[in-house]
Amino acid sequence: MSDSITTTKGLIDVSLLEKKEGIVDNDNERTEWIEYWLDGELVHRSAHVTLKRNVISNTDIGGFRG
Amino acid sequence: MANTQAMATSFKVEILNGLHAFGTSVVRGATTADSFKAALYLTTATIAAASTAYTATGEVPGTGYTAGGVDLTGAVDWIAPGSSGTTAFSTPTANIVYTTVTLTTAFDAVMIYNSTQGNRMVSCHTFGSQTITAGTLTLTMPTNDATTGLIRIA
Repeated sequence: MSDSITTTKGLIDVSLLEKKEGIVDNDNERTEWIEYWLDGELVHRSAHVTLKRNVISNTDIGGFRG
Repeated sequence: MANTQAMATSFKVEILNGLHAFGTSVVRGATTADSFKAALYLTTATIAAASTAYTATGEVPGTGYTAGGVDLTGAVDWIAPGSSGTTAFSTPTANIVYTTVTLTTAFDAVMIYNSTQGNRMVSCHTFGSQTITAGTLTLTMPTNDATTGLIRIA
């Protein structure tokens, strides 16, 4: 049984498409992307981003000593 | 036993819970948590620490994407703020997902903002330039702890 995916041309059986995948993994993120191409045309691209370096606020307080 | 100059860790958690108002604040009608949204921005946009609220300027255009982005989802949008050591932290309850969208102009940032309180900005998170074609963008939330939580006050 084949799977179909959403594309710019509607649902298409993945067996009819060329699949490309990639991963970007660095200090900031890990991103996995997947593309499906039909006759040289990009018809589907999805991405899954995991953020590694998130927002931190460092706090400080003042003192009374000189 | 000596005294130690410090900011209370409980205070950091309470900031996230909206308990303190050093200046003019807002009238809160209930004790429930606010609602938040996540909007995507083009690589040419200039969202940064100086930004104060959601703006449509520089927001990604596309099919299946509504201006303003998506709601954070879950019974509550954020995991209840907690602390470990002297760091307070919280993370959205669920991953942020843009389902079946086509975003062909490159984007590289998401703004999380408070849609209950005048769309005030919470944070901007950047990542490598992306496009989506008839597909899904998933922003996976990190482990909610003092090291990787999405929002941390140390």
